[in-house]
Amino acid sequence: MINRYDNLIIEFFCRIIAAPVFTFGVYIIFHGEASPGGGFQGGVILGAGFIMLAVAHGMDFTLRRIREKMILFLSCVGVFIYGGIGAACILWRGNFLDYGKLPLPLDSVSVIRGIGIMGIEIGVGLTVMGVMISIYYDLIDPGGIQPELSGGEEEEQWNSF
Amino acid sequence: MKPLKLLGLITVLITGFFLIYGVSDMPNWGDKNAPASTHVSPYYIQRSQAETNAPNFVSAVLADYRGFDTLFETTVIFCAGIACMMLLRKEDDG
Repeated sequence: MINRYDNLIIEFFCRIIAAPVFTFGVYIIFHGEASPGGGFQGGVILGAGFIMLAVAHGMDFTLRRIREKMILFLSCVGVFIYGGIGAACILWRGNFLDYGKLPLPLDSVSVIRGIGIMGIEIGVGLTVMGVMISIYYDLIDPGGIQPELSGGEEEEQWNSF
Repeated sequence: MKPLKLLGLITVLITGFFLIYGVSDMPNWGDKNAPASTHVSPYYIQRSQAETNAPNFVSAVLADYRGFDTLFETTVIFCAGIACMMLLRKEDDG
């Protein structure tokens, strides 16, 4: 694992470029209905931003920004947003994923459908971002993410069964 | 040549002949009378802007007309992440 100030140029460059990367990822997600892109692509860009921080600054730096539980929570919430928007359409007497039936205060059905598309793109983006970071965390340090849980404690736990 | 290799060569040649024979029956590239361009594509191109207010009709097809497909694509990605977590991580509370 890279120590702090191990390579000043890489850390400085990643610090500068991190904010444009995250902004670009959010832009891709929210403009998915108007321009090329969408939830999958924007989520991958957001996840790649966090992976870049983890590569340049080390895992401790990144774990202070986004923790494992938060990643799992975000990816669950993404699927839940998508399915929840679909199920909410049933409550207002539409078909599953029939966004035009959502009770938004807009006069045109097509605008409501556009907002529904944007909502599910947000859900897709959250899920893809969470899964990308989660797989990277698992690959870079399997089993030893939290350093306060030592190996002996875990052995005791397993031996007690 | 060994008889098994000869048998394999004959099988590959016959299969390849039938595959190429089938490809010759496909429509030309960009043919406007092909089934792919006459079935639902004109509907999407003409009406997706008016029906979904999305200028990019790839997104309209992906998220609205084929929303069920995309829902389970997302679920497949989520399940892949969960499977990696179960295989690679030792702790179960992380």
